[in-house]
Amino acid sequence: MVTDAQIWAWLAEVPDPEIPVLSLVELGVIRGVEVGKDVVVKVTPTYSGCPATSIINLDIETKLRENGVKNLRLETQISPPWTTDWITPEAHEKLRDYGIAPPKPGQPNCPRCGSTDTTLVSPFGSTPCKSHYKCVDCLEPFDAFKCL
Amino acid sequence: MFEFLLRMGDNTLVLGHRVSEWCGHSPVLEEDIALANIALDLIGQTRMWLGLAGEVEGQGRDADALAFRRDAWEFRNLLLVERPNRDFGHTLMRQFLFDLWHHERLSDLCLSEDDRVAGIAAKCVKEADYHLERSKDLIIRLGDGSAESHRKMQDALEALWPYVGEMFSDDALDIEMAEAGIAPLPSSQRPRFDKAVNETLALATISRPENDFAQLGGRSGTHTEDLGHMLATMQFLQRAYPDARW
Repeated sequence: MVTDAQIWAWLAEVPDPEIPVLSLVELGVIRGVEVGKDVVVKVTPTYSGCPATSIINLDIETKLRENGVKNLRLETQISPPWTTDWITPEAHEKLRDYGIAPPKPGQPNCPRCGSTDTTLVSPFGSTPCKSHYKCVDCLEPFDAFKCL
Repeated sequence: MFEFLLRMGDNTLVLGHRVSEWCGHSPVLEEDIALANIALDLIGQTRMWLGLAGEVEGQGRDADALAFRRDAWEFRNLLLVERPNRDFGHTLMRQFLFDLWHHERLSDLCLSEDDRVAGIAAKCVKEADYHLERSKDLIIRLGDGSAESHRKMQDALEALWPYVGEMFSDDALDIEMAEAGIAPLPSSQRPRFDKAVNETLALATISRPENDFAQLGGRSGTHTEDLGHMLATMQFLQRAYPDARW
């Protein structure tokens, strides 16, 4: 019999499809795991229109089926809504190393040189969760996680 | 309840499609990306509203069936959101007027006595807030910009103003929803909207039209010709190849 902890461990190995340096658990989109007659995984969407939402569900299903989970049910849970506060602290470090400024209220710091002198290029970036900034000190253009 | 949810979902569906028409045509790359992202948010919100509408109706229709298998007279969106894009200033002014209303509406719906409605509203309101910040900023920059951009923004406001009143008109369904604690009367939002719109227009040096005449009809299914043309494009695939999947 598979345990909750085992399911969580497997989910911690599933990368986010758009920011593969984070796992789905670190991103904070797994709201709960219940092991009973069926294995139920509760997933919450990030941004309403994020095209990765369906890929995330597919990746969860693939991972758990590979590990022999048969009766699997994915449930969408929208309340309470996902915000960037659900991203774990360790994930903030990983984002910075990957070149994305982690979410923080106000101006983001440059992920390359750490400067606080940064300027917004566009409130929308390469994916729905990011905006586009430039560092005034080292001139590096970078993505910053939108603070939601 | 079904009709109420259609009104919410059809607004975001129709505006989301309109905004997506800019994809690949915007004046600059950053705006192209911004418009495409806003369209995505709105379509994502539509999935939740129309998904719940289908559940409440209980006839086996899902969000896709409601989006692609209804004709114009079954749509319950505001006339404002079906207005054609015309130029960039026009698109932005439409977005600003909608965002301002939408943000207030969703903030109110977060307190709905129906948990499902409150849940969707809480999910959408932060996105609406982000959209409003951008559209407000651009209205001020373009209105208080060059002589040409100022003129275009003033023209856009004059053309769209007759579609503002519909957002705050109450009908029998609104009264029913308000009595059930599901959604407050649209008219109750008007003072807040007026205050906010006046503030932004003053900063943008744009004058508010004096005549508050309101075109009505969208929320009960009487639409402008433009909606039919839009649906002909949006629904083509599901009409030509019913149940097509990929």
